[in-house]
Amino acid sequence: MKARVHVMLKNGVLDPQGEAVRHALGAMGFDQVEGVRQGKVIDLELADGATEADVTKMCEKLLANTVIERFEIELL
Amino acid sequence: MRAAVIVFPGSNCDRDLAVAFEQAGFSVDMVWHKDATLPEGIDIVGVPGGFSYGDYLRCGAIAAQSPICKALAAHTERGGYAVGICNGFQVLTETGILPGALLRNAGLKYICKTIGLKVETSDSAFTEGYNAGDVIDIPIAHHDGNYFADDETLAELKDQDRVAFTYAENPNGSRDDIAGILSHNRRVLGMMPHPERAADSGHGGTDGTALFRALAGVLAPA
Repeated sequence: MKARVHVMLKNGVLDPQGEAVRHALGAMGFDQVEGVRQGKVIDLELADGATEADVTKMCEKLLANTVIERFEIELL
Repeated sequence: MRAAVIVFPGSNCDRDLAVAFEQAGFSVDMVWHKDATLPEGIDIVGVPGGFSYGDYLRCGAIAAQSPICKALAAHTERGGYAVGICNGFQVLTETGILPGALLRNAGLKYICKTIGLKVETSDSAFTEGYNAGDVIDIPIAHHDGNYFADDETLAELKDQDRVAFTYAENPNGSRDDIAGILSHNRRVLGMMPHPERAADSGHGGTDGTALFRALAGVLAPA
């Protein structure tokens, strides 16, 4: 079983890296880009029997810092 | 008076912090991150700067899960003193011992220079050697020092006079210019600037000395 965890900064938390990417895209002529948020994707290979609840705990305890980040879990 | 300085793989200010404690009169034990207990009779724990675990995942995130950080959390829950500087501050927020988080600098650049640091409160064992309003010269050296906390947390920090230091000129985008904060019981300090790098005339400045001397004064046996 595999799980894919998406970790993104919460709305309202400044993302300077995303801003830098937005500026660069604008400078390249991609005028259609109005905002960029950059995050992380973490793939987990899990033993049989692991549950989404287990992955949620992993996210809350380590994979995301819920002070600044939100996460989404995709079971693959 | 005894201080413990935690050493993580990637710590690089551990010795500087130990020397600053020693110069203030502490005997210092260096403690390895895999140790599950702190030495008996420790008065204060120092969490040093550096790049623990290569800053993997998030700065301080892996260090916060290390065995010694469980012992550190137990020490602070018992009312023990601790100071986290730079990466040490990041570790203290990742463990939840201090509120908030440190984000990438707003200008995206690693900043290494001496800055003006404003003392916001002299009401702590760390800051009683200064006067509130003093501006001291202390080096910063960080890529992720942009302090973030939600509005509610910021209000609480201010209401309880727990903002220890602010930047005279905000270098990194920190909310409300915050450079260092205190725990509820005022016995844990986290700060991004490096007082241990301004604690010897050879450093080019000694404005950090008063922090270690004040601690020594509070923790000296009666």
